[in-house]
Amino acid sequence: MSQNNTYYHPEDLKKFGNIGEFQPDLAKKFFDYYGSVFADGALSAKEKSLIALAVAHVVQCPYCIDAYTTDTLEKGATEEQLWEAIHVGAAIRGGASLVHSVQALNKVKELGI
Amino acid sequence: MKSLLARGSELASPKEQLRILSEVSSRKGLPLFEEKLQEIGSFPLRPTGIDILQVNVGKLCNQSCKHCHVDAAPDRKEVMSKETMQECLVALASPNITTLDITGGAPEMNPNFKWFVEEASKLGKKILVRCNLTIVLAGEKYRGLPEFFAKHRVEVISSLPYFQKRRTDAQRGEGVFDRSVQALQKLNEIGYGIPGSGLILNLVYNPGGAFLPGGQSTLESDFKRELKQHFGVEFNSLFALTNMPISRFLEFLLESGNLDSYLEKLVTTFNPSAAAGVMCRNTLSVGWDGSLYDCDFNQMLDMQLEGEVTKISDFNQASLDARAIRLEQHCYGCTAGAGSSCGGSLA
Ligand code: SF4
Ligand code: SF4
Repeated sequence: MSQNNTYYHPEDLKKFGNIGEFQPDLAKKFFDYYGSVFADGALSAKEKSLIALAVAHVVQCPYCIDAYTTDTLEKGATEEQLWEAIHVGAAIRGGASLVHSVQALNKVKELGI
Repeated sequence: MKSLLARGSELASPKEQLRILSEVSSRKGLPLFEEKLQEIGSFPLRPTGIDILQVNVGKLCNQSCKHCHVDAAPDRKEVMSKETMQECLVALASPNITTLDITGGAPEMNPNFKWFVEEASKLGKKILVRCNLTIVLAGEKYRGLPEFFAKHRVEVISSLPYFQKRRTDAQRGEGVFDRSVQALQKLNEIGYGIPGSGLILNLVYNPGGAFLPGGQSTLESDFKRELKQHFGVEFNSLFALTNMPISRFLEFLLESGNLDSYLEKLVTTFNPSAAAGVMCRNTLSVGWDGSLYDCDFNQMLDMQLEGEVTKISDFNQASLDARAIRLEQHCYGCTAGAGSSCGGSLA
């Protein structure tokens, strides 16, 4: 298998804008929305970028990890801030699994004598 | 770290640097900077006048930062002579020029630096010095510099890549951050950067790697909060600068495998409104030997001014105003994102 024969290519990140090729109206709506979401608001653009970095790790999107690692650095975030954001994502992800164990607990109790 | 020149690196040659930038551009299908300006109707690029005379008084420096576009270092010997400084002063007397911007290297290491400032001060012009901070602590010879600056109401512009030690030292050398903070505290002590003192201390931020500087105002408030909280340091404004893909930063980009993507990023984030305000339009740059350039970057790339006047001794405003500014692919560094100039973001 050639080295390029994989689903993920760093080069593809730059082509994100091309997703409008076959459905421009919907793509435009998405990108307008995306732009508004990340603008300075009640949260600063830098805070939003750190949230995006955390979410990128939770959804494990390599494109978003690439983009938001760069973006948080560009916005002047410290390495400590990057890693704290990533841990927030990891903690929620771990917690989300564990909190479901309450359901298992309920079931165990329901089934037990 | 030694300079590229002292290491005998091929990158010490401006021709080689320009060749690399043009090779990457054509391999990646990136448009010429000139074409980009043509698209927005700004080619040829013309000066709006000469408000600022930026004089590079030499390549000698007490530091050797990894991103230095001058390839300055303790091993560089080029310094401007007193005669050439005198020629700069004659040009500076021109009524249109409001500001003298002294840069280097570490400009304070030029043996005639103080004399130059004193003479410029007599002309009543605004004087800026690009001070690398650590020079203030570099020994007896430089001890009185903050007081000297204050006496002549010199505006001090100092590079501090980051408000934390790790990223600053990685770029500027071990121990630079601590010494920079000490120098900032000294400047603060005599009133620099303190509201109401009239003594201006501006800091320059540049990214610690192959990424662009983000929003200048957010960075400024982060710097102000962090430096005040941890070190009691105050300053007036922060200028965010893009690292230029030339000289030692070019070396870093090549060695780290970031050159293609960095150049692509500069091109894809081209900002037309930044292009209108690039600093070469109102600045004239003088090299240590009196040669003239459109900016300090063109100076380091050996791209002498186009037209009849090529030396400061032949200064002639009308002829200089009529010139076309020389442009190459590095110019994308001035127009990326929020834009970049000696005074920070442009848009
Ligand atoms: S960046 Fe400034 S302080 Fe650093 S080596 Fe170059 S001239 Fe000296
Ligand atoms: S690099 Fe120099 S000539 Fe090119 S746009 Fe910037 S200031 Fe102007």
